[in-house]
Amino acid sequence: MDPFLLEALLNGILLGGVFALPVLGCNLVFGVVDVVWLCYAELVMVGMYGVWFLHTQQGWPLYLAFAAALPLVSALGVLLHLLVVRPLLGAPPINQLLATGGVLFLLQGGAMLVFGTDFRSLGVELPPMEWQDVFISGTKLAAFCAALVGAGALWAFLKFTYVGIAIRAIARDREVMPLMGVDPRRVYVVASAVGGALAGLAACLLVVQLDVHPFIGLSFGPITFMICVMGGLGNMLGGFLAAFLMGVIVSTGSFWWNTEMSYVIAFGFFIVVIFARPRGLFAR
Amino acid sequence: MRAEEPALVLEGVRAGYGDFQALFDVGLRVSPGEAVGVVGPNGAGKTTLLRVISGMVRPRSGTARFGEIDIATTPPHALPASGIAHVPENRRLFPHLTVEENLRVGAYIPAARKRFAERADYVYRLFPKMAQRRHQLAGTMSGGEQQMCAIGRALMCSPRILLLDEPSAGLAPLVVAQVFELVKRIRDEGLTVLIVEQNVAQVLRVVDRAYVLDAGRVVAEGASAELAADPAIRNSFLGGH
Repeated sequence: MDPFLLEALLNGILLGGVFALPVLGCNLVFGVVDVVWLCYAELVMVGMYGVWFLHTQQGWPLYLAFAAALPLVSALGVLLHLLVVRPLLGAPPINQLLATGGVLFLLQGGAMLVFGTDFRSLGVELPPMEWQDVFISGTKLAAFCAALVGAGALWAFLKFTYVGIAIRAIARDREVMPLMGVDPRRVYVVASAVGGALAGLAACLLVVQLDVHPFIGLSFGPITFMICVMGGLGNMLGGFLAAFLMGVIVSTGSFWWNTEMSYVIAFGFFIVVIFARPRGLFAR
Repeated sequence: MRAEEPALVLEGVRAGYGDFQALFDVGLRVSPGEAVGVVGPNGAGKTTLLRVISGMVRPRSGTARFGEIDIATTPPHALPASGIAHVPENRRLFPHLTVEENLRVGAYIPAARKRFAERADYVYRLFPKMAQRRHQLAGTMSGGEQQMCAIGRALMCSPRILLLDEPSAGLAPLVVAQVFELVKRIRDEGLTVLIVEQNVAQVLRVVDRAYVLDAGRVVAEGASAELAADPAIRNSFLGGH
């Protein structure tokens, strides 16, 4: 096989791993709370600024800055739920979308006020790995591994803990939950905290690969939602698989054509999928 | 019968949904250790009655108490901790979770988590089939097995009263007999049971007393044998045979 194609394929898989975290977070929140956090990518952006600020401005070691980003964005998710989503739980979905969309602009504007429009770089890079003429960025590989660990931790949480199992149950039938002593409102808060923590982890993995600026959310927010819908909104496994599919499409698309066109191909593929399978690729 | 066990007492309960009133001045009492049935035709308000007792529907007037607990002012998710377990209409299992995961959801409250192993043992002894299928998805089981799983899920929180809503609905006659046999066993172990059924003839064989509900009102009550022998009841609700 052409080493460059192989490289593109591998990069696609690595990219898919990073897409997977925000997709899982979005799906988790949507599946449980039934509200789409339109500002999800902006939560990631805040986390990226957090890591950048703590590491480059405050001189924290990188691992400490990473460790701080998770609870920071997790708390932000809980705040978002308590202040914006909870008062609108009974409202029409369009109001919920508009409100979380409003938070998107609030966070963008806030970041611009505080940090300006400069591109901020963390300036860390791991040496690339070489294997038979195939070069893989060490940073991307590390980010991919961390994403898999994060996804695995989420899986274990949903599979083995009482709250995690209740989260999977509530996604299917929320009215029956109080009969088991489950207060859905508390489960919503837990899901929002976990959804936020996933955004925080995604922030750590992205900030080592991309420069952060107030509009960075636009570069992966739309594709995140697209992957969610493609995998079936609320379907965790579907979203996870679709993330890798999309990663490979974007990456090989830029191998055959160029980066701009690769996103055109990705969105074109998305439109075809939605026509053919309106409820998502992996709908049962 | 233990003295400290609470009784379920409803007095003058009116309840409904929007403009529709489903219950009119319903009174009911279930003493500790009793098995009581509520029978009546479709739409009589039987399900609403159980939903009032488990806090899913708030009564518009009247009182509903379980021992010291005022059901009308307690949040529904706090009622399982006070000993009320409700197996809802159509079972409402989580079909995409395994049998054991369904039991875990049933053991969500802190007191039940501590006793999970012990309670799961109890449920698996009661329903040996569930033990064989503990890792099977609940949605892939037969209707009767799903009903057992739903009852097992409700038993996980060590309830003091078990509310059963139409456990025989949609099941084959042979399976219905098995389900009632299990209800009888649970009752014989001393658990208080309140069961709502359209299957009047069968349910009167497993309960001590029953109430007849029609169009939201209690139209008759009495010991099962009396009701089963009452010609008026036989004609209206037992299909005359």
